[in-house]
Amino acid sequence: MNKIVLGLILGGILGILDGLTSWFTPAVRNQLLGIVFGSTFKGLIAGVLIGVFARKVNSLPLGIVFGLAVGAFLAWIIAFMQHGYYFQIMLPGAMVGLIVGYATQRYGAAPQTQRV
Amino acid sequence: MTFLPDRVVARLRTELQLPDLSGTRYRVVKFLGRGGMGEVWLAEDTVLERSIALKILSPESGHAELASRLMREAVVLARLEHPGIVPVHDAGVLPDGRAFYCMKYVAGQTLDKHITGMDLHRRLQLLLRITEPLAFAHSRGIIHRDLKPGNVMVGPFGEVLILDWGLAKIHGNDPSVADHGPAQPARGGSAETETAHGAIMGTPGFMAPEQARGETSLIDHRADIFALGAIMAFMLRAPDPPARPLQAIYNKAMDAEISARYASVGEMAADIERNLQGLPVTAYRENLWERASRLAGRNRVAIVLVLAYLLMRILFVVFSRR
Repeated sequence: MNKIVLGLILGGILGILDGLTSWFTPAVRNQLLGIVFGSTFKGLIAGVLIGVFARKVNSLPLGIVFGLAVGAFLAWIIAFMQHGYYFQIMLPGAMVGLIVGYATQRYGAAPQTQRV
Repeated sequence: MTFLPDRVVARLRTELQLPDLSGTRYRVVKFLGRGGMGEVWLAEDTVLERSIALKILSPESGHAELASRLMREAVVLARLEHPGIVPVHDAGVLPDGRAFYCMKYVAGQTLDKHITGMDLHRRLQLLLRITEPLAFAHSRGIIHRDLKPGNVMVGPFGEVLILDWGLAKIHGNDPSVADHGPAQPARGGSAETETAHGAIMGTPGFMAPEQARGETSLIDHRADIFALGAIMAFMLRAPDPPARPLQAIYNKAMDAEISARYASVGEMAADIERNLQGLPVTAYRENLWERASRLAGRNRVAIVLVLAYLLMRILFVVFSRR
């Protein structure tokens, strides 16, 4: 599968799952829909960015580091907007980025080059 | 009467064995080895100033038919221009009447010596490299018929070369390279190295059953596939027995029934390649547990990452409820 599409799908799915787990935190349960929406959106953006990076740079270690950084950064923005829960938001966000970074490099198909 | 010391006798014997290279551009450096119909000498090409290997008919086997067989081998090699096949530079008759051909000198190790201490992955990759020149030869209608670890040379830079095409069979009607007679089991000499004319066609243990039975008409490229399977079994026999899919690959290649073997070297190579990539092989039907193990092994990192993520989530839930 195309690396960008793979990143997008994986980022979206993991984003939804990431958001849904907030149901287990009673304090924020009433904001579940907003959290799921925000988390999915974050996952999609992270997925696209990581997918584009994987398309440009064919390196598993760099893909993982980039995914981790993007995931952590986007999660930091969310946490910053929430004025708290940095650890609870940034750690899962970074891990999602790491998983997407690994998956796009490992399972994504490299673009096909055409010789003229 | 004075007796000559042993070392002098040995020296004289060596001198007598030396090929007469007078009038040629070659100068003998040292003796390298002896095959069934000829001996191989390391020599120097004095014009191009490089080392070469000379394969010369043995003095004691000055048979005209053997000379034509040696020339035939040179013709076969000349037809096979491939990085995995030793190139022939020259061929002819020496002043002493012996037929010879000159080829590239490969200062490497034979496969049996080279694989010592090598891990499974590298052995399989090496095996794949052996399949390349063989597939090429088959595409040119040439069957080696004497593939064995001793006929595969691995050069100092990892280059793999298939040697000794003296028993090669060519499909076609070119009289200069026509097939010579039926296969017969080896008589006398070392069964490991014997490739002499008339008495042998292959090496026991690496020879396809139809070849060992002398059924020449049945011998085709699948005889080489059998030998390749035997080489694979030889390469993977130690330190531990290989996994079942790998055993299935060489067992299929070595099937006594010709039609049950791989149809081509490429098919066999594809199965080895699939195994290297953690994919199922066509020669083996795996059960559910084996399939799960293979998939888990192939996606180990991804599984660990997802499990780590789930563990983290569980820990978050547990601690948030305290």
